[in-house]
Amino acid sequence: MIMRKLCLVILLGCLSTSLFSQSTFPLNDVANEKEITYAFTHATIVKGPQDQITNATLLIRNGKILAVGSTLTVPADAIVVDCSGKFIYPSFIDVYGDYGITSAQQGGGGGMRNFLMPAQLTSNTKGAFGWNQAIRAEAEGAKLFVTDDNKAKPFREAGFGAVLAHQRDGIARGTGTLVSLANNKENLVILKEKASAHYSFNKGSSQQTYPSSMMGSISLLRQTYIDAKWYKNNADKEGVNLSLMAWNTTQSLPQVFEANDKWNVLRADRIGDEFGVQYIIKTNGNEYQRVKEIAATKSTLIVPLNFPTAMDVEDPNDARFVSVADMKHWELAPGNAAALEKAGIEFCLTTADLRSPSAFMANLRKAIENGLSEKKALEALTTVPAKTLGVSNMIGTLEEGKVANFLIATGNVFNEKTSLVENWIQGERYAVKSDKWKEFTGNYALALTGTKGSKNYTLRVKSASAVNVMAADTMTAKFSFDGKLVKLSFAPEKKSRNMIRLSGMDNNGSWNGYGEDLEGNNYTWTASWQSAISADTKTDSTRKREGNNKTGAITYPFTAFGWSEAPKQETILFRNATVWTNEAEGKLENTDVLIKAGKIVQIGKGLQDSTAAVVDATGKHLTAGIIDEHSHIAAASINEGGQSVTSEVRIADNLNPDDINIYRQLSGGVTSSHILHGSANTIGGQTQLIKLRWGANDDQLKFEGSDGFIKFALGENVKRSSMPLGNNRFPDTRMGVEQVLEDAFTRAKDYEKALAAASAPAAPTAAKGKKQSAPAADPYATVRRDLELEALVEIMNKKRFITCHSYVQSEINAAMKVGDKLGFQFNTFTHILEGYKVADKMKAHGAAASTFSDWWNYKMEVVDAIPYNASIMQRVGLNVAINSDDAEMARRLNQEAAKSIKFGGMAEEDALKMVTLNPAKMLHVDNQVGSIKAGKDADLVMWSDHPLSIYAKAEKTIVDGVVYFDRGKDAQLRKELTAERNRLIQKMNGEKRAGGPTMPAVPSYSVLLNCGDHDHSHGILTIEQD
Amino acid sequence: MKKIIYTLLVLGITCTAWAQENVYPVQKQEGPVFIQNGTVHVGNGQVLNNASVEIRDGKITAVGSNLSAPGGATIIDVKGKHVYPGLILSSSNLGLIEVNSVRATVDATEIGEFNSSIRALVAYNTDSKVINTLKSNGITHANIVPAGGTISGSSSVVQLDAWNWEDAAYATDNGMHMNMPALYSRPNRFAAFLGGPQGPQQDPIKRGLEQIEEIKVFFREAKAYHAQPQHASKNLKFEAVSGLFSKKQKLYIHCDVVREILAAIDFKNEFGFDIVLMGASESYQVADLLKKNEIPVILSQMHALPTLADDGVDQPYALPAQLQKAGVLFAINDEDGQHRGKNLPFNAGTAVAYGLSKEQALSAITLNAATILGIGDRTGSIERGKDGNVVISEGDILDMRSSNISLVMIQGRIVSLNDKHKQLYERYKHKYGLK
Repeated sequence: MIMRKLCLVILLGCLSTSLFSQSTFPLNDVANEKEITYAFTHATIVKGPQDQITNATLLIRNGKILAVGSTLTVPADAIVVDCSGKFIYPSFIDVYGDYGITSAQQGGGGGMRNFLMPAQLTSNTKGAFGWNQAIRAEAEGAKLFVTDDNKAKPFREAGFGAVLAHQRDGIARGTGTLVSLANNKENLVILKEKASAHYSFNKGSSQQTYPSSMMGSISLLRQTYIDAKWYKNNADKEGVNLSLMAWNTTQSLPQVFEANDKWNVLRADRIGDEFGVQYIIKTNGNEYQRVKEIAATKSTLIVPLNFPTAMDVEDPNDARFVSVADMKHWELAPGNAAALEKAGIEFCLTTADLRSPSAFMANLRKAIENGLSEKKALEALTTVPAKTLGVSNMIGTLEEGKVANFLIATGNVFNEKTSLVENWIQGERYAVKSDKWKEFTGNYALALTGTKGSKNYTLRVKSASAVNVMAADTMTAKFSFDGKLVKLSFAPEKKSRNMIRLSGMDNNGSWNGYGEDLEGNNYTWTASWQSAISADTKTDSTRKREGNNKTGAITYPFTAFGWSEAPKQETILFRNATVWTNEAEGKLENTDVLIKAGKIVQIGKGLQDSTAAVVDATGKHLTAGIIDEHSHIAAASINEGGQSVTSEVRIADNLNPDDINIYRQLSGGVTSSHILHGSANTIGGQTQLIKLRWGANDDQLKFEGSDGFIKFALGENVKRSSMPLGNNRFPDTRMGVEQVLEDAFTRAKDYEKALAAASAPAAPTAAKGKKQSAPAADPYATVRRDLELEALVEIMNKKRFITCHSYVQSEINAAMKVGDKLGFQFNTFTHILEGYKVADKMKAHGAAASTFSDWWNYKMEVVDAIPYNASIMQRVGLNVAINSDDAEMARRLNQEAAKSIKFGGMAEEDALKMVTLNPAKMLHVDNQVGSIKAGKDADLVMWSDHPLSIYAKAEKTIVDGVVYFDRGKDAQLRKELTAERNRLIQKMNGEKRAGGPTMPAVPSYSVLLNCGDHDHSHGILTIEQD
Repeated sequence: MKKIIYTLLVLGITCTAWAQENVYPVQKQEGPVFIQNGTVHVGNGQVLNNASVEIRDGKITAVGSNLSAPGGATIIDVKGKHVYPGLILSSSNLGLIEVNSVRATVDATEIGEFNSSIRALVAYNTDSKVINTLKSNGITHANIVPAGGTISGSSSVVQLDAWNWEDAAYATDNGMHMNMPALYSRPNRFAAFLGGPQGPQQDPIKRGLEQIEEIKVFFREAKAYHAQPQHASKNLKFEAVSGLFSKKQKLYIHCDVVREILAAIDFKNEFGFDIVLMGASESYQVADLLKKNEIPVILSQMHALPTLADDGVDQPYALPAQLQKAGVLFAINDEDGQHRGKNLPFNAGTAVAYGLSKEQALSAITLNAATILGIGDRTGSIERGKDGNVVISEGDILDMRSSNISLVMIQGRIVSLNDKHKQLYERYKHKYGLK
């Protein structure tokens, strides 16, 4: 009774929103309105991940679910579908893709366009849109969506009923639309017009120069959040900006970010944190490599299942260039989803990144074999996506009133032997594997009746294409069965030359038909099912692989020489070393140094500490760790060359702790590196000082509490001298460079003034006579917060400091004059190869110098560079450092410093200071590092030899009292690495031999970022990039 | 008997000359020179303590411990100092490239694939500002190598104190250079812009093997051409490689990976050429094969990063010791475009830190380099009968801490150690009143 009432209510509800009623579309036919109820009976119904009922009934009508239950009465007018032995699931939901959306017009091949064409400095989008072509918040998936049955079919066959579609183009991509995979008019297929708003780091089809880097993309997003907020109240200043308007109106939707890498997940989440947004983040499947950090973002993830294919590494020459990281990823990627589940991370699964959705189920099974629970898998395909998009009332489970999207399967949908038979979408049936509806394999009695009498055989049907025909002999036969039509041809006896060809049709389980043979006889025939084939040799491929399930450890970082167990802070007593203190004590022979809790505790003779590990340093030299003032390692991007002023971008936003060069440089005694923006523009980006904590995450790499710096640049790079087609970006001369500086700081001054005015408390209202001053106004309510100018204001207020790429004396002099005029200082000139010509002026300005020992003559602005430069500048009284700007040379900075002994006769201790204490001073961290002094950080190097000698090797490199490099340990790591490589190669070869898919070996190339100043090859697998 | 304090000799020149244009090559050795009381590093592994070297008419006429100075000799006392053979840069674009980023100053790479008739020597600019900075660092000879194409052309060895390339020529056109087609999937230069490293190009190895076959066809045809009694028309490309067949030239094959090295061995087997591997960063994998086939190697860049993240952090530094252990003849070179080759001795020094002995490392930039370049009978060691190519250093030449070059002789001529760097140094010391 209650049930019937409920049904009625639902029925009424359905009528009022019937898919077919009230249509505005005229018909070229007579009306064909109908309201049919379907009843799927006797099924095992998985209503949701935790709700499975057996022998149950599902009622649907007009595309919606009427009722689900095990005690339902089937309405008399229902069409009954007997689902005995079948499982019914909610159809899956894919929340990531561009189904039905035309892809954006691509203008060419990626960033290189900018290199080979004149720079496109402004947006090419015509209309009242925002300034940056990559911000496409105004794009609407629903308007771009067109039903595409060819593309829908593989989705349906993989079990999907609904997808979230958006145009995957740009940094802000506008809205996504939730559509069903029914083959129907768009008006009916769209389930939710605006279901989500989308973002990425990739500017896509935009050829506008800015942004041209990861940090630039991040900055553009941050500035756009600020601009959009400001725009709400300041439209009069901006005019109509459809991009910002759309940005604002779509903020209430679920916000989806395509990050596609574990570090990018963290980067995206930090943007979200700053602006109060919790993104749903699309990943690329390597999250297991940093699962702890990923979990801390508390983001819901959208996870693809595109596992790497095994490489063909049988030829050792092919295997040679495949890194252990790539091989390990191949091994561990199928366990990614399981790792996320174990870490309690909520996620959806997507077919995105797969070549076709048809590969999805096999990979899902692989994920399950690797530890993903079936419950979690189902959640990730149904309830989590529904919840994430806020459409749980519509799809995701099989409950009354929801859209009739469901699967009929022959068993547990995750089982390899299970077939999806049908996928019903919005109440319409889509056949998937109709032939699997009923188990048709087995032994059939085959009876032929012909003009010459009857013949009887046993027909053993093993699959839709394999049978044996048995009488006295057993004959193989040609056979096909597609669920309806049957074709069979066979010889009547083993040695017969005759051939009987039969054709027939399935008539509800038994087959009937007509046939002929070569002798001209005609037959009618029937085949009726007799018995099952005894289960025997059917093997499950999941079992086959079980023997080889041992996997390697996840290392931190996930690359060669990563730690499976991170080294810990130690208490160490170095006994009897030659200690280069860099302090007034100078170089001390036969001296002990004690480090504890990350600090240098004591320097002296005969030190004791019972808790310390004693290192006999007799004959060894101990120095402060090397500090590289100019480095480009450990970052995802270095140059934001899109504009001449990009002070808003920050290296800190895109640190890359996986860079092997961190470890390599530790082996050269480097403990801190100043990661600089490149030199493509006059005012570059904010820099980041890091400590080389190998294995740390991006945040932990940072040198805590250090002052902020920013990179400036002058000269050839800034005026784009090496662009093949010339330059069209201001400035093109050193005259223009000076004006870029003057203009930027003039604007910054005005900005600071405007902010101060806007934040002044409003005048007390005199009329009421009360002496109550109003609270300070939010200046950003009226003045647009400008991240670019904000950084420049910091410089003027001595909260941020400049390190300026520079070469020739004219530009150095001019830059300092602008600084003097506008009230800011150049903290450091870096490269500064003509510093020796203006050392006196630099001293007067108060600038330090960070230079190369002996680079010269590789480009025009360095033809007057001399190896005596450091010596002269030091003798004139500048604080001088030697830097690397080069991942290779950074490993030999002690020797680069030693060249000043040869060129200019510098004292040895002074030479060493150029790569330790002097850069520490330049970077304002000499209170913490740079010398061996009690209380300073235990950032030390123990050298095998005189530290300025070509023969010296770092034996131990210590950061914060942690031994991150030890030559003995390194030898051990190499052995383990070789063993791990061999194990993985063998495993890949095993995969190949077992017939698994393989692809040709792809060398593990590495991208090396630099200033663009180089004429120095870095090896055959390196891609050098500005 | 004149006794000259040689440091003054050097500084004297420095103080009077302000422009590179006033650094003069020396015409000819005038009278014998007797270097005494030095530690003589012969170049072949031997060290002679407290020894003397006599140089007369451009040649080393005596080396030993108990020699006395000939009459009229300029005596140079080097007590506590070190005497070395002149250092040899075994492959360089010196004099072909002045400033790499300025196209007008670049003469290193010709257009075309089979450029066997191209000669580096004729473009070698003796007035390059870079040359003097090498000389003052102890480098006396360099092999000037053309680049580009499949066959780049011929190299010549020059001595670094000359008025023009004809004067400079020390061994003319005695090397032919070939770039081995790549037999691995090279990185796509643009891949990074398109979202990370990309897959291999269409079967690059097959393509490379086809290209190698084309090169062999070239040499087969050249051989046939030279077997003809006369030619209707003269073929300059074939003419230019006749020295390879007569062994007056060596074939320098620029290659890196094992498959390329194996393919290079073919050129020795099929054509009987004297071959030298250039670069050969992966040569340690097949060092025994190189030894067996007597194929020497010139290591172009010691100061390089390991090829793969998985490689030992010091792999390029350790490569010389790996070859030494296998008995392969090798030279260490410095092709760094930013220091322009002057750090050659320190490249060798790095190899010492990673397993070579100091004298082995010295050989790799002196006698072994000379042997490989086909000038081992004339230079590369301090031995009687060889050219007077001698360098004196205050201390260990392989270590920048002590490598202060105080005298360089090329064919017995005491050459100027002045260079643009020193001149600018003096100019600005003058400005600031520094001493």
